[in-house]
Amino acid sequence: MNAIAANRRHPAAAYVVLLLALVSVGALYAALATPSRAATAIGSSTQVDQGKSLFAEGCSSCHGLNAQGSGVGPSLIGVGAAAVDFQVGTGRMPLAQQGAQAVRKASIYSDTERAALAAYVASLAPGPEIPSASMVDAANADLARGGELFRTNCAQCHNFAGRGGALTNGKMAPSLMNATPTQIYEAMITGPESMPKFGDGTMPVQDKQDIINYVHNLQNSPNQGGAALGRLGPVTEGLILWTVGLGLLIAAAAWIGAKAR
Amino acid sequence: MTEHHSTDVDHGHADGLPEHKLRRTDVFPRAEKRAVRQVAAMFGLSAIAGIGTIAAFFAFPADRLITVPALGQMSAQNVVVGGLMGVSILLIGLGAIHWARKLMPDHELVQERHDLDSTYADRKAAIDEFWSGAEASGFINRKIIRRSLLGAMALFPLPIIVLFKDLGPMPGTSLRHTIWKAGEQIVTDPQERPIRPEDIPVGGLVNAMPVSLRKLQDKQGNSNEGVKSVIVLVRMRPDEIVAQQGKNWDYQGIVAYSKVCTHLGCPISLYEHRTHHLLCPCHQSTFDLADAGKVVFGPAARRMPQLPITVDADGYLVAAADFAEPVGPSFWELG
Repeated sequence: MNAIAANRRHPAAAYVVLLLALVSVGALYAALATPSRAATAIGSSTQVDQGKSLFAEGCSSCHGLNAQGSGVGPSLIGVGAAAVDFQVGTGRMPLAQQGAQAVRKASIYSDTERAALAAYVASLAPGPEIPSASMVDAANADLARGGELFRTNCAQCHNFAGRGGALTNGKMAPSLMNATPTQIYEAMITGPESMPKFGDGTMPVQDKQDIINYVHNLQNSPNQGGAALGRLGPVTEGLILWTVGLGLLIAAAAWIGAKAR
Repeated sequence: MTEHHSTDVDHGHADGLPEHKLRRTDVFPRAEKRAVRQVAAMFGLSAIAGIGTIAAFFAFPADRLITVPALGQMSAQNVVVGGLMGVSILLIGLGAIHWARKLMPDHELVQERHDLDSTYADRKAAIDEFWSGAEASGFINRKIIRRSLLGAMALFPLPIIVLFKDLGPMPGTSLRHTIWKAGEQIVTDPQERPIRPEDIPVGGLVNAMPVSLRKLQDKQGNSNEGVKSVIVLVRMRPDEIVAQQGKNWDYQGIVAYSKVCTHLGCPISLYEHRTHHLLCPCHQSTFDLADAGKVVFGPAARRMPQLPITVDADGYLVAAADFAEPVGPSFWELG
């Protein structure tokens, strides 16, 4: 304690105190702002009932008590189990806050709870179902064809390397680096947020598997050429060259030109 | 040499130069020795890095991966070979500069320069020689030679200009038309699958092209027609459509628009199904596909052309006509 007191007039002391204050406020906020984990409904006889009570607790404030939607959240009638599985499984729902874009984060529901929520929403009206394991199995998919399909249909928004990109007014196409095959499939059939739907009529299961295989390949391809710099192409490369590269050259020029002592 | 310069230095400031300051390496033998060691060490390390490059090339197989902190996973051979080679050449450069700064003579030198213009006599002699040459060659007196030469020289660039004709043929009306025509079937890009209206859900997007495109491109050996005729099909609820470019150009809420930005021709399919905006990634031009493709943001000057569509007898989507306005970027003759 004496050592701390002795150093309280140190030039860095103010910064240390500020840093500690910021960290503790941040930690407190994180602790308080974490949505209280929805308790598993006790005594529910069926999955749908369990989902209904989870829904009432965690979702109804925006989507309405009967999922009919409200001013702040869309109706979920007919969105199907796939949409729920995607939105809840990627942690986008429940939202941390209203905004232009829901972002991927850790899901607060367990797999069972998610299945119950999906079952409840699916019971309201028919909609896209969660794809089966065999539907998202890309073992026999054509990688080259998947690449062609990806570049025509996906790369415009999600970037040629699947790293995502900007849309309008703060919206964005997310990176696909953490997307599971099921989530990729669900996104294509349900069209989350700004994303349009790619129906089975124009994009059959085989095509979707090809795309899943290609994204899987993108996720696992190492950076043979060195630092990827986000794989955004010339933007980050140029930025690094203009700042770090030119900065080093200017520093070197100053060193060469300075008179030796 | 050194002796001579030391006198220069003493009088240096009298010429308007700052007084020469001796470096530590000039004054202290220990500093000089240390600088010699530093330079030699840099050159020596460079040599070691060079040998290390060769060793690394053989030590790391091309497919070995390593994880570099903050940069991620990458090829071990590329990182180590490139890194050591960079260090090797960098140390040669650093050593050379350190050598020049610390050990090579650094006295200030003044090199006086004579006046830049020649003497009057030299200039007069040059002018006289020019005129006597002009006289002797007959360029002045023999008018027919002079004029024929000037004529030949004036005509010489003409063939060069005529050769530009090979840049043609002129596009004619090809910029105003595409291969879309009434009854041309719409197929998915790239699978070339015919599309039924029920294949496209509300909020759905299909990248599409004319059914005859692939064959035509193979025949022509280029993609001139393809870059003009690619389209996007999107479906919205019919009541969401504010306006179209023609009456009933949609089919039950399915609208077809060109995929080529009217600004500089980037192919665009960044469609946000909730706002019906089509965004161009190149310069952020944004088109509202629910409102006749009008420009809502960005540098594009013209709305996105709409393709009128309908279904054929078999229930597949087809074009009802060609685009009514030119697709793609504006051009000189567009008016």
